[in-house]
Amino acid sequence: MVRVIVDGTPVDVPPGSSALQACEAAGKEIPRFCYHERLSVAGNCRMCLVQVVRAPKPVASCGFPVSDGMEILTDTEVVRRARRAVMEFLLINHPLDCPICDQGGECDLQDQAYGYGTGISRYQEAKRAVTDKDLGPLVKTVMTRCIQCTRCVRFTTEVAGTPELGLVSRGENAEITTYVEKALTSELSGNLIDICPVGALTAKPSAFHARAWEYKKTDAIDVMDALGTNIQIQARGGEVMRIVPRVNDEVNEEWLSDKGRFSVDGLKRRRLDRPWVRVHGKLHKASWQEAFVSLARRLEGVSGERIGAIAGDLCDAESLCALKDLMAELGSSNIDCRQDGAWYDTTNRAGYLFNSDIAGLDDADALLLIGTNPRHEAPVLNARIRKQYLHNGRGAFPVASIGNIPVDLTYPVEVLGDGPTALADLLAGKHAFAEVLKNAKRPMIILGHGALTRPDAQAIYEAAKALALQVGAITQGWNGLNVLHTAASRVAGLDLGFVPGPRGLASTNMLRGGVEVLWLLGADDFALDKIGPDTFVVYQGHHGDAAAKRADIILPGAAYTEKAGTYVNTAGRVQRAFRAVFPPGEAREDWRIIRAFSDVVGHALPYNSQEGVWARMASINPVFGAGYEGENTSPQLAAPETAQGEWGNKLGSTPLKPVIADYYQTNPISRASPTMAECSRVYSPVRAAVAAE
Amino acid sequence: MLHDKDRIFTNLYGQQDWRLAGARQRGDWDNTAAILAKGRDAILAEMKASGLRGRGGAGFPTGLKWSFMPKQSDGRPHYLVINGDESEPGTCKDREVIRHEPHKLIESALIASFAMGAHAAYIYIRGEFCREAEHLQYAVNEAYEAGLLGKNAAGTGWDFDFYIHRGAGAYICGEETALLESLEGKKGQPRMKPPFPAGVGLYGCPTTVNNVESIAVASTILRRGGAWFAGLGRPNNAGTKLMAISGHVNTPCVFEEELGVPLKDIIEKHGGGVRGGWDNLLAVIPGGCSVPVLPKSVCETVLMDYDSLRAERSGLGTACMIVMDKSTDIIEAIARFSRFFKHESCGQCTPCREGTGWMMRMMDRMVQGRAELEEIDLLEQVTRQVEGHTICALGDAAAWPIQGLIRHFRPEMEARIQHYKAALSAKSVVQVPVQGVPVAAE
Repeated sequence: MVRVIVDGTPVDVPPGSSALQACEAAGKEIPRFCYHERLSVAGNCRMCLVQVVRAPKPVASCGFPVSDGMEILTDTEVVRRARRAVMEFLLINHPLDCPICDQGGECDLQDQAYGYGTGISRYQEAKRAVTDKDLGPLVKTVMTRCIQCTRCVRFTTEVAGTPELGLVSRGENAEITTYVEKALTSELSGNLIDICPVGALTAKPSAFHARAWEYKKTDAIDVMDALGTNIQIQARGGEVMRIVPRVNDEVNEEWLSDKGRFSVDGLKRRRLDRPWVRVHGKLHKASWQEAFVSLARRLEGVSGERIGAIAGDLCDAESLCALKDLMAELGSSNIDCRQDGAWYDTTNRAGYLFNSDIAGLDDADALLLIGTNPRHEAPVLNARIRKQYLHNGRGAFPVASIGNIPVDLTYPVEVLGDGPTALADLLAGKHAFAEVLKNAKRPMIILGHGALTRPDAQAIYEAAKALALQVGAITQGWNGLNVLHTAASRVAGLDLGFVPGPRGLASTNMLRGGVEVLWLLGADDFALDKIGPDTFVVYQGHHGDAAAKRADIILPGAAYTEKAGTYVNTAGRVQRAFRAVFPPGEAREDWRIIRAFSDVVGHALPYNSQEGVWARMASINPVFGAGYEGENTSPQLAAPETAQGEWGNKLGSTPLKPVIADYYQTNPISRASPTMAECSRVYSPVRAAVAAE
Repeated sequence: MLHDKDRIFTNLYGQQDWRLAGARQRGDWDNTAAILAKGRDAILAEMKASGLRGRGGAGFPTGLKWSFMPKQSDGRPHYLVINGDESEPGTCKDREVIRHEPHKLIESALIASFAMGAHAAYIYIRGEFCREAEHLQYAVNEAYEAGLLGKNAAGTGWDFDFYIHRGAGAYICGEETALLESLEGKKGQPRMKPPFPAGVGLYGCPTTVNNVESIAVASTILRRGGAWFAGLGRPNNAGTKLMAISGHVNTPCVFEEELGVPLKDIIEKHGGGVRGGWDNLLAVIPGGCSVPVLPKSVCETVLMDYDSLRAERSGLGTACMIVMDKSTDIIEAIARFSRFFKHESCGQCTPCREGTGWMMRMMDRMVQGRAELEEIDLLEQVTRQVEGHTICALGDAAAWPIQGLIRHFRPEMEARIQHYKAALSAKSVVQVPVQGVPVAAE
């Protein structure tokens, strides 16, 4: 540790820290614009100038390394004058359009002008104006407001890995641009809006909709992917206006994928706001009572084995728990949370988790992707892989993939083969990458749903597990065999045992006429035409998407912003979300619908409150219990029980295919969102062009 | 005054052959191996003893700068980078070295590189210097053919390569870290310091950036001894320096002169006197456009060296003086510099990006007198706000000429403003057209 004296207060900071970090450690606020702790240091805004004793000039604290015994002064006349000077310079060419600026109220420039500026301008000359750029359907630009801090340039270059923004020209004429006007191709472009300290980059879909101080802010969990990104839902008057990320270094750092951020307008469209019952082939409006009674009548006399339930990708754990309990009461074990028909090793929790945790990527030194495209399946996770790639340096973080990836993952990937046979080659040591994994201290394997939704999923998994054991990816304190989920509800479903019982039917069998009554809990993303014509379909969900058309009874549920819910992310992290707004119309929270129906059908579930459900969930699986939150899974993993010869000939030879065809259209909410539709329209041709190259 | 025997650049005017044969006749490449045989420490000691200060403008002791390079390589190569991006308005001294004394430069680069443990030297030449770059490339090719560069360069046992890189016309690329960025193929924008180039420079390796002239004199200093060099000039301002005179003199020229000679003598001797006689002198900018202007009263007595000019709150800079006689509109002259700095600011850091434009606009109004008297103070404050708050020295360079102007020529600025106001008020009678509303004529 290095001892630094900040305004007379000694503080100890790690060697290599900057003066700014030392000042923060001493509790001093240092104004800044260009400095961002997750980006490289640019030192160009000059707002963070401090005085260092014996230095001839004020220094930019963000880039000034500390040395032992250094004395920093943050509140002298020199510093105050320097800050006032920089503030004045920043404002001379900044338009005074705060009243109509979307950043108003949460603007660093505004705040710091109040705190450190002079309050008046002495500038009499004409102001500069800069042409706005079109950066695509998500990010709106008002470039005259730009203060050239280059945070956006550094974000796209470093974090997003799509170096599309740059500072061109020089002096006063310097401007941020894509040079040749084009839409940003990153799935993380929304974060530019957050990191821009002024109103130069704002959200295009929500432009001029609300002011920053009008929002009611609610902490929640993103369900657009299985990462469990910590978000804050900002609502005004019962309407979700926007979603921004919260900082959680263990999960999403401070980023949020574009789908998670911009799908909000899908929450207002195609909503199911009242129950519907199909009578003579036509859906009719119904009351809750009518819907429940007609469903109860339909269930009369149907034996338990002829009832089934499939849960979709966006469900909270509470509704899964309630539905599982209801099915058990009705005598059915035909429950499945895997609408895509994926196979998991459910003998052990480690069999279906991202065992090394998201933050484990910061320790990994070699990576093998099997049937996954993390850029589309979890963009924030992909940024973390890129971060580790940049951190380790070129060549020091080798990444290979089994299965072709049609997009640029933003770091070099060696494709070992397009089918699972490449995995067998790796195991046999026929490929040089086996050596790379073996030599790595913390090798990591990420198994995606491109592999797990195949008929030979089990063989692939066992082979991957054998490889993990062979290369030392599973040791005391490190489990590098990871499953990357794509569905936010999946791990909670598996944790709660929302899978067929010993004699129950899996989702594919239920569709093949195995059941007479099929309860779909927000399940839309499977081949609905496979449901037999005689099957009675109950759809409980929030969007009038594909499955609602097929349904015989529609029970309107709540979207993730409208209910307090528990979600388990792909790494097994149990996280709770709060309710931001109420569901529309007659729609209700999902577990309450099931609880209410259980009364009607005469099998009352034994809980009446959220706490009651939580207690029930904890009794099913202790991970949901109090105090368990935040803890990660143990790294122990049982040795593969299948003998090594068996999977070898079970591995298929067909190429692994990506599970997400269109990143912007993966679930009922994003399909209902005009913004996502626009993104899909804009970016699909780009993708096609890239893939064709 | 400098004697001919102490001249370093004996072919400054290109009257002799600049190629290898001619250079050898003048003593270049004469047993270079013997100089290197003295060893690294001896060379560094000799350079320190010579008292040579950087010839690019800042005047940092060259020997000391060389000694900042790590003594042992940590695996990274060391580099010498020669700054030939001579873009300062009024400055054209390095150009003469490159085109007429290329071998002196190449030989000195070999010696300097050896002293710093560098096996490669890059020279960044201003893009506009086409012929100069061609000459230097010709000389480099000659040197390779003669075995003076490459493996075992000049029989010294030291492997040394010399690369020429041509700039594209940006003034900021003459700043040492911006030059490194540009050399790496990036946009020429200065880097934050620390880390200094001696620790993390070109391609992240230890690098020393020196002016062409600072390097080119090294071979002669080491041949004739640091004491010889230190014996010229004044204490702490040792040696000879390439200087230039441009502007309102009878014979503008580039010449080599001892430091510490009175400015007036230099103008009289080399410049052939001010146009119209000494009494017609208005002011002199002593070292390129980025140092403050000196009025005639100061020019009478000041000596041309680092410390004397610093004492007059100006600077030696590149020692290429711009002489202005009384026909000059001094406000317009400085405003032209402001326009230059506004145009050349890289736009990276705030005070310079915004401040140079602000200063330029105010200066443009000052030229016309279209301003208030208080605005002279405001202009002065703006220059103070830019100065010392930027990443590189371009902000300072933009501020200093204006500060010099206000310091020495404030009465002229005030007179201009008052004249403008007077002219305006004389004309601002209300004219009433035959038909229509009265309009105020300007």
